[in-house]
Amino acid sequence: MSKKIKEKVEKPYRKPLIKRRKPNRSVWGDIFLYIFLIFVALVMAFPIIYAVSSALKPLDELFKFPPKIFPQNPTTDNFSDLFVTMGKSWVTFSRYLFNTVWITFAGTFGHLIIASMGAFVLAKYEFPGSQGFFKVVTVAMMFTGYVTQIPNYLILNKLGWIDTYWAIIIPAFASPMGLFLMKQFMEGLPTSLIEAAKIDGATEWTVFKNIVMPNVKPAWMTLIIFSVQALWNNKAATYIYSEERKTLVYALQQIQAGGIARTGQGAAVLVVVMVVPIAIFVFSESQILETMASSGLKE
Amino acid sequence: MKEFFDKYVILRKHNAKVAWKKAKKAKMCYAFLAPYAILFTMFYVFPVVASIYFSFTYYNILESPRFLGLNNYISLILEDDIFLMAIKNTLMIAIITGPLGYIMSFLFAWLINELPRWVRSVAVIIFYAPSIAGNCYVIFSVFFRGDAYGYVNAFLMNIGIIDTPILWFINPTYMLPICMVVILWMSLGTGFLSFVAGLQGIDKSQFEAGYMDGIKNRWQELWFITLPNMKPMLMFGAVMSITTAFGVCDVTMALCGYPSTDYAARTIVTHLFDYGFTRFEMGYACAIATILFLMMILTNKAVQYLLRRVGT
Repeated sequence: MSKKIKEKVEKPYRKPLIKRRKPNRSVWGDIFLYIFLIFVALVMAFPIIYAVSSALKPLDELFKFPPKIFPQNPTTDNFSDLFVTMGKSWVTFSRYLFNTVWITFAGTFGHLIIASMGAFVLAKYEFPGSQGFFKVVTVAMMFTGYVTQIPNYLILNKLGWIDTYWAIIIPAFASPMGLFLMKQFMEGLPTSLIEAAKIDGATEWTVFKNIVMPNVKPAWMTLIIFSVQALWNNKAATYIYSEERKTLVYALQQIQAGGIARTGQGAAVLVVVMVVPIAIFVFSESQILETMASSGLKE
Repeated sequence: MKEFFDKYVILRKHNAKVAWKKAKKAKMCYAFLAPYAILFTMFYVFPVVASIYFSFTYYNILESPRFLGLNNYISLILEDDIFLMAIKNTLMIAIITGPLGYIMSFLFAWLINELPRWVRSVAVIIFYAPSIAGNCYVIFSVFFRGDAYGYVNAFLMNIGIIDTPILWFINPTYMLPICMVVILWMSLGTGFLSFVAGLQGIDKSQFEAGYMDGIKNRWQELWFITLPNMKPMLMFGAVMSITTAFGVCDVTMALCGYPSTDYAARTIVTHLFDYGFTRFEMGYACAIATILFLMMILTNKAVQYLLRRVGT
């Protein structure tokens, strides 16, 4: 694929930002808004900062009163404790971590491929049933997974997947949100690009693999963040009951149930749980926002 | 009349034939869509249908389902006091946190839109982080601990508003309000991102035309230019807000316990879990799920109808 075409494709998504100060704004309004925003941002960030700092506090500082927001002598004891104290328990902490990583990785990977394939034909071709199917998908975004949880349990039970990782991974492939965002974003791709490749004799699969997918990289990140966020935080307690297949969030609840002596470790797990989705978001923010620009529901 | 009907049938047949021919031509498309379509039908469409079917039966997995007619719904509404409580709580949470979270999402997206680029990136991370921070909300149980060492209690006692510590998560008066605060803290989610992205995509020349036409301040600009341009995103954000507002259960279960004191923090989803996975009364649980499903879909449709009217 030539470089010239690539440039032509990437440009239209990036719209220039408004940089100049707008003429119809009052200075006092701006100052007031900045102060207000800083205040709200502090309030929003406080619980997260507090969680991180308690994970770094040694035991004696955790129960100090009045409490200090930032630890005096930060340690990583709480994190190593997770592996040491829970290393002796029946199911080790690293096992919970592995379960979560595996479920998240497999679920996200499959979701990305399957949803992109569906989104590609829905966005770029017209065939009987395409619009109807997409409408059903948008309706599916309107109810939460809790509605389908019980029949899903019965279905997974029939398939014999209860108490395996597949019970979490396979349903995650079909998340409607991913298909929706991918399809909306792919509609922005110029059709001429696909037609040109077709004339050159490419099959649909090659078009999809070599032309469409490389051009929708921002949307990949968006699908990944939503899928990771859902799977990483998955408690999985209803479909999986063997202790050695349970996830990190479940372990977190166990540790918190362990009472006041485990406060530091609880905070450490909290940090482990939240750091992954937030880190992915921080590194891919601009791509995600690029995708979300086409997220609107048109009717 | 008959002539008209015949013509209609012929037209229909013709349309079907055309569709069939097109479908034959588009085999490739179906092949691409098939993996997703099969899984989607299996785990999203079929369960809804199954849930409606089971809601008319008594089913406990071991025995085969026994048809009960509307009995599940009748006992839900007339006999189950706790379910009515759950509906009341869910509606309270949905009515307060749904619209408020939605407005907050838009307001903050709009306010940070004019900040310089890097400040805006940082602001988006700060505002969005709580909603993807997983179980971070359990940290609120430290702030609102029930003894005198809980930070909120200690603070209120120090400034003399209360003289005995309040049991925040055990006293039914305080449970729901605190849960609402936590939910609001987490409410700048997907909709917020969509708003931020949408606001950046609005054509700049429209604002310039606005200055020429004498738009005086930011509020006029918001009403006459920004909002009409944001309609598709507003719709999307509304879907997200409503779905999360009705699905509340994690926060209440983690903070107030499960079951909570006097069922004061029970939501529809908690009730569903109770019957589905603790008592294994699947039929009854499916009736609850069906009611929740209808509530969500109808609210969504109603709100979309309202939003379509904005600015027309």
